[in-house]
Amino acid sequence: MEPTLFKYILRYSKRQQITLLLVTFVSFPFLYFSLDLPKIIINDAIAGAEFPKSIFGYELEQIEYLLVLCFAFLGLVLINGGFKFWINVFRGRMGERMLRRLRYILYSRILRFPLPQFRKTSQGEIISMVTAEVEPLGGYIGEAISLPAFQGGTLLTIIGFIMVQNPLLGFAAIALYPVQMYIIPKLQKKINLLGKERVKAVRRLSERIGETVSGAQEIHIHDTSGFARAHTAKWLATIYEIRYDIFKRKFFVKFLNNFIAQVTPFLFYSIGGILVIKGHLSFGALVAVLAAYKDLSAPWKELLAHYQVAADARIKYDQLIEQFKPAGMLAEKHQLDGPETIPNLSGEFTVSNVIVEDEDGFKSLDSANAIIPLNTTTAILGSSESGREELARLAAKLTVADKGTVKLGGLDIADMHEAAIGLRTAFVDQSAYVFNGTIRENIFYGLQHRPVSGLDDQARQDRADAVKEAELTGNSADDPDANWVDFSALGLTSDDATKAHVDDILVTCGLRGDLREFGLQSSVEVSKHPGLADAILSARQELLGRLSDPKIARLVEPFDREKFNSNMTVGENILMGTPVGAEFDLSNLGTNDYILSVLHKADLYQNFLETGVKVAEMMIELFKDLPPGHEFFEQYSFIQSDDLPEFQLVLRRVDANGLDTISDEDKTRLLSLPFLLIPDRHRLGLADDNIREKLLRARKLFSDELPDALKKSIEFYDVDSYNTAASVQDNILFGKIAHGRAQARKEVGQIIDDVIEKLKLDQTLVELGMDMPVGIAGGRLSTAQRQKVCVARALIKNPDLLILNDPLNALDPKAQEVTMKAIIKQFEGRGLIWVLARPELATWFSRVIIMEEGRVVEQGETVQLDKSGSKLYELLSA
Amino acid sequence: MDLEEAARVLKNISLFSKLEPSKLKLLAFASDQLIFDDGEVIFGTGDTADAAYFIESGKADVYIEIGEKRVKVNQLGAHDVFGEMALFLSTGRSASVIANGDLKVLKLDGNMFLKLVTENPDAALGVMIALSEKIVSTSENLVNST
Repeated sequence: MEPTLFKYILRYSKRQQITLLLVTFVSFPFLYFSLDLPKIIINDAIAGAEFPKSIFGYELEQIEYLLVLCFAFLGLVLINGGFKFWINVFRGRMGERMLRRLRYILYSRILRFPLPQFRKTSQGEIISMVTAEVEPLGGYIGEAISLPAFQGGTLLTIIGFIMVQNPLLGFAAIALYPVQMYIIPKLQKKINLLGKERVKAVRRLSERIGETVSGAQEIHIHDTSGFARAHTAKWLATIYEIRYDIFKRKFFVKFLNNFIAQVTPFLFYSIGGILVIKGHLSFGALVAVLAAYKDLSAPWKELLAHYQVAADARIKYDQLIEQFKPAGMLAEKHQLDGPETIPNLSGEFTVSNVIVEDEDGFKSLDSANAIIPLNTTTAILGSSESGREELARLAAKLTVADKGTVKLGGLDIADMHEAAIGLRTAFVDQSAYVFNGTIRENIFYGLQHRPVSGLDDQARQDRADAVKEAELTGNSADDPDANWVDFSALGLTSDDATKAHVDDILVTCGLRGDLREFGLQSSVEVSKHPGLADAILSARQELLGRLSDPKIARLVEPFDREKFNSNMTVGENILMGTPVGAEFDLSNLGTNDYILSVLHKADLYQNFLETGVKVAEMMIELFKDLPPGHEFFEQYSFIQSDDLPEFQLVLRRVDANGLDTISDEDKTRLLSLPFLLIPDRHRLGLADDNIREKLLRARKLFSDELPDALKKSIEFYDVDSYNTAASVQDNILFGKIAHGRAQARKEVGQIIDDVIEKLKLDQTLVELGMDMPVGIAGGRLSTAQRQKVCVARALIKNPDLLILNDPLNALDPKAQEVTMKAIIKQFEGRGLIWVLARPELATWFSRVIIMEEGRVVEQGETVQLDKSGSKLYELLSA
Repeated sequence: MDLEEAARVLKNISLFSKLEPSKLKLLAFASDQLIFDDGEVIFGTGDTADAAYFIESGKADVYIEIGEKRVKVNQLGAHDVFGEMALFLSTGRSASVIANGDLKVLKLDGNMFLKLVTENPDAALGVMIALSEKIVSTSENLVNST
């Protein structure tokens, strides 16, 4: 990054700035002429004699001459305007391009920050620096050179013009400039200092108020409210004083500016008048000078303002680059433009006398020495402060040694490119970060290094503009929408081979069951899976048959048009079908006119309003203390955190004025809630038998009277057809799993699994499951599932060395062991390092390393070490 | 049992005593009400622990496996809480619980319980007190039985 803003501007926009300057200079003669023309018009055309005069060889009478000159003036106005427009647009574009470049540079640097830096600087700070704080710099960069040039040149042109008319007047025009240039910045500085004082004072006031709120109890107990008031009054007085001071000074500056601006005309009228009377100056010239002088104030003001902005921008840029050059940044050559071929790793991972020390002097690794062969499995044991994690992280270059050497396959890791490490090694720990996308995208994440597939010609043409702009601003020209997932690097050249490899990994990580479950919950585009609909209908019949067993029958409540289903929402009960599109979406039912008419007809409207109030009260009570955006809102609440305050207001209005008098908007809000209730799940006591009767009536009314226009917005449940809008499970089950039975989900799940196996639908469901979106930060997955996905992500790239730092600790112990065994089997002959939380599992690994206080105290073959007297023996017998 | 009642009853249990009523209601609201028949297993030894249970009505027997035999060590009744310890450890269940007669329980989601406790320091204190009490009473039982 360039050390100063000016250098940055010169380096990347020199040519554009020069172009801008040249165009600006070219515009000046036109400006000068437009100032001169009024004088000529008045002196030669209006007050002149000796007609006809000639212009460019044409002879013109007085009025004609006048008109020609006037039109010429108009033309000049247009030309000057045109120049201004072009210059502004050009300048703006240049500024925006430089802003884009600067943001890209900052972002690229973030990608090279040493990982500990992210603990020191908060996410919010970094975000605000790249987004908000950089913004004003864009505008400034455009103007940095051109504005002073333009305004300065305009200023000089105008002053020059005045000088040419009469030097005395010229000097009069600029006589007071030095005064302004000296005094005004000084006054402004004082105002700025006072501004900082004001901010401090307001902060103190806030603290006072905060104390009052937290200590309210004390104030009441000890009757110290008078004391508190006096203190606050004092701070308010301080703030008032400061503000008044600022106010006075600000207006003084304004007054001074205006006064100076008016003194000069005084000089013009007086000196200029005398000159005209004495005949040294023409009348027209004086008029032109006055007009020109009026034009001076704008450029002058701009220049003064620009001076301030320049100072601010410079400081801001300096602050930015301070924040963006932390010590220990990854060198560019180790992240960009990786080598074409990257050889496989072989040999050993060696750690020699490595010290890793943090800022406080704590050594997480204190002269650690280890040799780990890359063709066998090694377990690392030790307490949580023993340095076992840091040792593992060294192998993936996530922790960098402060002293000592780390070698991977004989190569010094400090010289290795990220591509070499990324392709041949994989690291997973418990943090399990999952990106917002599908499961498939997350598992394949680690295979995306550069765009793989080329685009077709049409697409490439469309992108040509974007690519050109990217190159002009130093941005990456790679297309993020192209296919970046590269299986060929793994030696997988056919679709079948790829599928088999992926399936293998899914089995090893224990994800197949989860994916099948997700597949069951997703809905299918039947056109893409011919025969699937029929298969599922057979499954449905099969399942319905099994419901004749009363033990199973109580686990499922099937969809029956004649019965109320207490395991479905009220809304779904009325619809008795799946909504298609937004018309009958559950959250919109409260605003849907047809639904409202059905409610009225079934005598449910008043009921729903009252229930809505009760539900709103309940939601507010349960969720009002949670911080906004808390995950419980999405998981359990009917009202999202953003809407909670609205509902509080609505309830207040209901309390004050009664339910009948509130506005339609409020009513709509309340009505939206009862539709979301599931009677057996939400035991709020709001759906008694009377209501259920009416709801059944509403259901009948809904389907019987459905207008043709709305028919396509709902797919009714029909036992003989596949419901394309519903999930696969709902289609097979054709009912809802009963809420009150603990084993219901498990047992029904078992039955569904049986049916799926019988009909060979397993693979299809797994594929569907892969396309399920995981939500922000993987919110829709459990921690265990997220961890499994991250392990799959690591395994799928077939690394030569896999480093695992207790990555599956959210799984129950049995599942962990099964997965561990599967991974160990898969990595026979390759390098596997596993940091174990449970020492007894070390016997599954060929080698073991034991760490204490940042040092390796024992390492070697497990079988050989497991003898009385060794540390391993101690740990295993504990 | 509606939410008001559930919150009131839960508050009397030392484990939940320091959670505010609104949080207790939230816990009850998010929890599933489950019915078990006589002899049905609520959970078995070694199972993954994902919830704590609160008995609304009925009885449940607690068994541990000693060698090949299954020994009944306790019987729980209405308003008892069980299964909460395993929420804090990542080991499986340390005992089995089986319904004795018709049993109605509230299954308190483990994830939510842990979140509520870690986000509300006062509640965490309540949990620590309750668990300490349990250790003390277990030790006393041990002393008394030897």
